[in-house]
Amino acid sequence: MTTPEAPAGAYLDHAATTPMSRAALEAYLAEAGRTGNASSLHSTGRAARRAVEESRESVAASLGARPSEVIFTAGGTEADNLAIKGIFWGRRRQDPRRTRVLVSAVEHHAVLDPAFWLAGHAGAEIVLLPVDGAGRLDLAALRAELVEHADEVALVSVMWANNEVGTLQPVRDVVRLAHQHGVPVHTDAVQAVGQVEVDFAASGVDAMTVTAHKLGGPIGVGALLARRDLPLEAVLHGGGQERGVRSGTLDVPAIRSFAVALAETVAARPERAPHLAALRDALVAGVRAADPQAVLRGPEPAEGDGLPGGAPARLPGNAHFTFPGAEGDSLLYLLDSAGVQASTGSACQAGVPQPSHVLLAMGVPELEARGALRFSLGATSTTGDVERLVAALPQVVERARAAGLVSGLVGAGGAA
Amino acid sequence: MRVLAAMSGGVDSAVAAALAVEAGHDVVGVHMALSRNRDQFRTGSRGCCSIEDAGDARRAADVLGIPYYVWDLSERFEETVVADFLAEYEAGRTPNPCVRCNEHIKFEALLDKATALGFDAVATGHYARVVTHEAPDGTVARELHRSPNAEKDQSYVLAVMGPDRLARAMFPLGGFASKAEVRAEAERRGLSVSAKPDSYDICFVADGDTRGFLRDRLGSRPGEVVDTAGNVVGEHDGAYAYTVGQRKGLGLGRPAEDGRARYVVDVQTSSNTVVVGPAELLSVDRVAAEKAVWFEAPPLGTVEPGWLDDVEVQVRAHGTPVPARARAATAADGTPAIDVELTGRPLRGVAAGQSLVVYRGTHVLGQGTVARAWRD
Repeated sequence: MTTPEAPAGAYLDHAATTPMSRAALEAYLAEAGRTGNASSLHSTGRAARRAVEESRESVAASLGARPSEVIFTAGGTEADNLAIKGIFWGRRRQDPRRTRVLVSAVEHHAVLDPAFWLAGHAGAEIVLLPVDGAGRLDLAALRAELVEHADEVALVSVMWANNEVGTLQPVRDVVRLAHQHGVPVHTDAVQAVGQVEVDFAASGVDAMTVTAHKLGGPIGVGALLARRDLPLEAVLHGGGQERGVRSGTLDVPAIRSFAVALAETVAARPERAPHLAALRDALVAGVRAADPQAVLRGPEPAEGDGLPGGAPARLPGNAHFTFPGAEGDSLLYLLDSAGVQASTGSACQAGVPQPSHVLLAMGVPELEARGALRFSLGATSTTGDVERLVAALPQVVERARAAGLVSGLVGAGGAA
Repeated sequence: MRVLAAMSGGVDSAVAAALAVEAGHDVVGVHMALSRNRDQFRTGSRGCCSIEDAGDARRAADVLGIPYYVWDLSERFEETVVADFLAEYEAGRTPNPCVRCNEHIKFEALLDKATALGFDAVATGHYARVVTHEAPDGTVARELHRSPNAEKDQSYVLAVMGPDRLARAMFPLGGFASKAEVRAEAERRGLSVSAKPDSYDICFVADGDTRGFLRDRLGSRPGEVVDTAGNVVGEHDGAYAYTVGQRKGLGLGRPAEDGRARYVVDVQTSSNTVVVGPAELLSVDRVAAEKAVWFEAPPLGTVEPGWLDDVEVQVRAHGTPVPARARAATAADGTPAIDVELTGRPLRGVAAGQSLVVYRGTHVLGQGTVARAWRD
């Protein structure tokens, strides 16, 4: 019963969530069977506290941070909210002129939505930093913004790797520019950890979001790594369990399991990443062969992807395509019926597919953006998964294009 | 068969999907998103298009163990159903948006996309029966019939689909004689929507205020209300918001000189004038309908050549069918039309734009849109 169940069929949606590792599941179950509030002072509480603090040390060691910099949260979304709102409020308290929030236009909604909430409720001004056609941040735009408004900037938030198209962002360059102007940097590294090398201290960022369920841990736990000198206000108020900026009884089993999965994935990365990159390259080649009209979005896979010392352009486990003339939801349904599980990669509102803000920011026309599919690989991915996709794809794309025609999805080039 | 079950989030479509699954079909649930604005249609269970309804549909699909997708048909809905609704009112006619939705959305946009994706049929929770007859040569003829549940019967709003689309439609609730039975079936299967209230009104007019919706979209256009002699008896905010046969909400200050109730007898949008008059002016026994669809080659009657002599026609969703004779005709622009002569009592307040359905007993023979109605 402690063996994680692999998803049936070809599961190509590891960026949504990836199976728990056996060790992480065992750690979870072991802790879940124990009683203990880590804030209690008696022996039962102390045992729970010890499990939390060992996990904190482990998480810190895995990510190049100090234990005191680890703030456990209930996942990536909470960590992003804490970073955006908490740093904004903290910085503005130091100097009320600091109202500008600089975020890349391709951030996850967990960053964009709190930022725009601040604009609507707390007088923030949001600056969406543009990206190029591959989804990579325009550093010149960031520089210009900082030169012009440095005194008014509360924070910069640029993700480590994009969740849709897998583009890796020049985080170190962002840090260098921002720190020249004394502006703190937050990065959402949810997709990056386990796929590329992520070192909190070496990166120079002031705050970083990580989550467990994208790397073999349980859903519902994550962390914000935050430097001790970073002004950070609380978002969740209460018992103040985590450094006074995050309240809520600590989820000991989830935290322990998170730490185990993280250590495991970081240790496995040097071997796993080149394997994922090779699988991904086969997937990209296979998709292009199956549908010559398919357009790879994000950077072209580079030699360095997944290799130690390489300078990767995109996540080794990510491939993202648009299929002209087809709609993403048609492709998704047809693939699912063929036993292949992928994602349109974009946010859904009540399940209604919206054209991806990431693709639109990259300059992809809306009509083409509607035909997007993301394939993401993980620890359990096999060549068989890729083969199953490539075998199913020609008929799937043909049918989806026929449906696109009757849906009036024309002009994208592929259907006619 | 591969069946796409259209799931609104209500109890009827949930049970229809369940019955399709139990009949052994390979079923996928699809909820149609008809508004891009997340809040526009969000008024509890009043319409069929709110976020809560999408969640209810998903929950039902999960209980049935079938895949579930949301298809965004909001653009098509706006371009066809809403645009037609506005244009028809603006032209002084009285549209039925549910008919247009069946015509353009459920049995066109949805059905065509489903067909392209490899589905054999679309199942909906409508109350209507499909009766099949196998001919000696093995071909199967499909007929659209009224539901045995007279109160819920929806054959009237379905007739517009015509025979080609009927061939790919499934109405699993066709045999149900009462809504209570459907609710019991939902409950028996653990579908949480079993006690959900029925939807009424027009789904995109969230608060039920059609006149307010028209004013918002078409603007205020003040004008006069006159009697049949041309005397000004009141004012209005836009003639488009009135419908022939309407009695309530006329806001006429003074009673008629003869003290009798007054009805809208004509809506003249060119002069932005609403004409009111006594009830007898609303009585009609001749109706001409356009954009006709027939379920078979226009059928012939026996008494007089070309005329179907023992039919009934219905001009409102829950209106009473009246005896008539009807024949296939051709409109001035060459498109199929229907001529109707009432043979029993007259109809009152038949407005242009209403859907007219020709029945023989429970059998739907044809459908058209009322172009004009008059007293012979």
